[in-house]
Amino acid sequence: MAFVDYYKILNISKGATEKEIKSAYRKLARKYHPDINPDNKDAEKKFKEINEANEVLSDPEKRKKYDKYGQNWEHGEEYEKARRQQQQQQKRTKYQYSQQGSSDNDFSDFFESMFGGEKTSYRDRRQPKFKGQDYNAELHLTLKDLYTTQKQVLTVNNKKIRLTIPAGVHNGQVIKIKGKGGDGVNNGPSGDLYIKFIITNKSKFKRVDNNLHQTIHLDLYTAILGGEITVPTFDGKVKLQIKPETKNETKIKLKGKGFPIYKKEGQYGDMIITYRIETPTDLTVKEIELFKQLQKIKNNG
Amino acid sequence: MADNYLISTQKLCLHYNLELSFVNALSKFGLIEVKIIDQMHFIHQDQISDIEKIIRLHYELNINLEGIDIIFNLLQKQREMRNELIDLKNRLSFYEGDYML
Repeated sequence: MAFVDYYKILNISKGATEKEIKSAYRKLARKYHPDINPDNKDAEKKFKEINEANEVLSDPEKRKKYDKYGQNWEHGEEYEKARRQQQQQQKRTKYQYSQQGSSDNDFSDFFESMFGGEKTSYRDRRQPKFKGQDYNAELHLTLKDLYTTQKQVLTVNNKKIRLTIPAGVHNGQVIKIKGKGGDGVNNGPSGDLYIKFIITNKSKFKRVDNNLHQTIHLDLYTAILGGEITVPTFDGKVKLQIKPETKNETKIKLKGKGFPIYKKEGQYGDMIITYRIETPTDLTVKEIELFKQLQKIKNNG
Repeated sequence: MADNYLISTQKLCLHYNLELSFVNALSKFGLIEVKIIDQMHFIHQDQISDIEKIIRLHYELNINLEGIDIIFNLLQKQREMRNELIDLKNRLSFYEGDYML
């Protein structure tokens, strides 16, 4: 367990006055407060650190104890005695803290060891909550899964939640499930559940918004003479007519064969197909001879 | 707004130990919307998250209501930019990665 330099965290000197501590804490808290830095784990960690530093340094008793043992806190005789007492106390109080959930675990092991159950988390000092806690969850799905509307049962904090995921959800999109977070206090509304979708794509299609893109390799002869090919879509295979003298990188659009449009049932984007013409290799003697004839015709008109 | 989702400002003040004038000031600043039914003042429960956030910013960080208004506007901009960034990242992977999401 590492020593935590609370003065360094608040960027103040060891002789800082109560007013200076308060001012330094407020300045840093305004910068790193979770309400101002949503979804920022680094800021949350930093805020917990400055909160802990303030918890110790703004309390004369705690500060005195901290200053007395400082970096040698592990070797102080009095500390050892206190630690043994705190261990007993922690055994009695641990259950109570764990009931408050992991989000309330605001203090470092160093603090726990030195001050044990003396903490009064910033959360405890707040006004009482009314609305239940919001929950955040991540759901990993494949692109193919999201081609159709999905029904899933999620278990969040031991509660089963039936979820309908509309087709066409985007990677990184967050949807809010109202009232599926923690229970409210004093008949207050429940919190909400926020689900972030992480989409992996193992298909041969690339998605841009609601359109799907794919590259089809055409042999030289079909590109020159035209013909018929079959291409895959999420909706099954589609037959395509290739026009004679099709150029490399030609793009065609299959209307309505793309990805479903989010929350617009029956509406789809387009499938964009790019033709890539393959130059023949490993030619036989006869093929080379025939290409030479073609070249001669081309040159002589 | 369905009426059963409304919470009286009186109950709100009682729970959070707020002055009614504070809630009125929030309404005046456009930070919350107060609905009046039969001369009773209510807020929709969807606004509770914002109110709790305002209370924390105001009482824990000493930020005045003008400052909170600015913070809320900037957070809204940040959300929009984050969504735009996700969209751009998804588009960028079309050119950089093998697969597109």
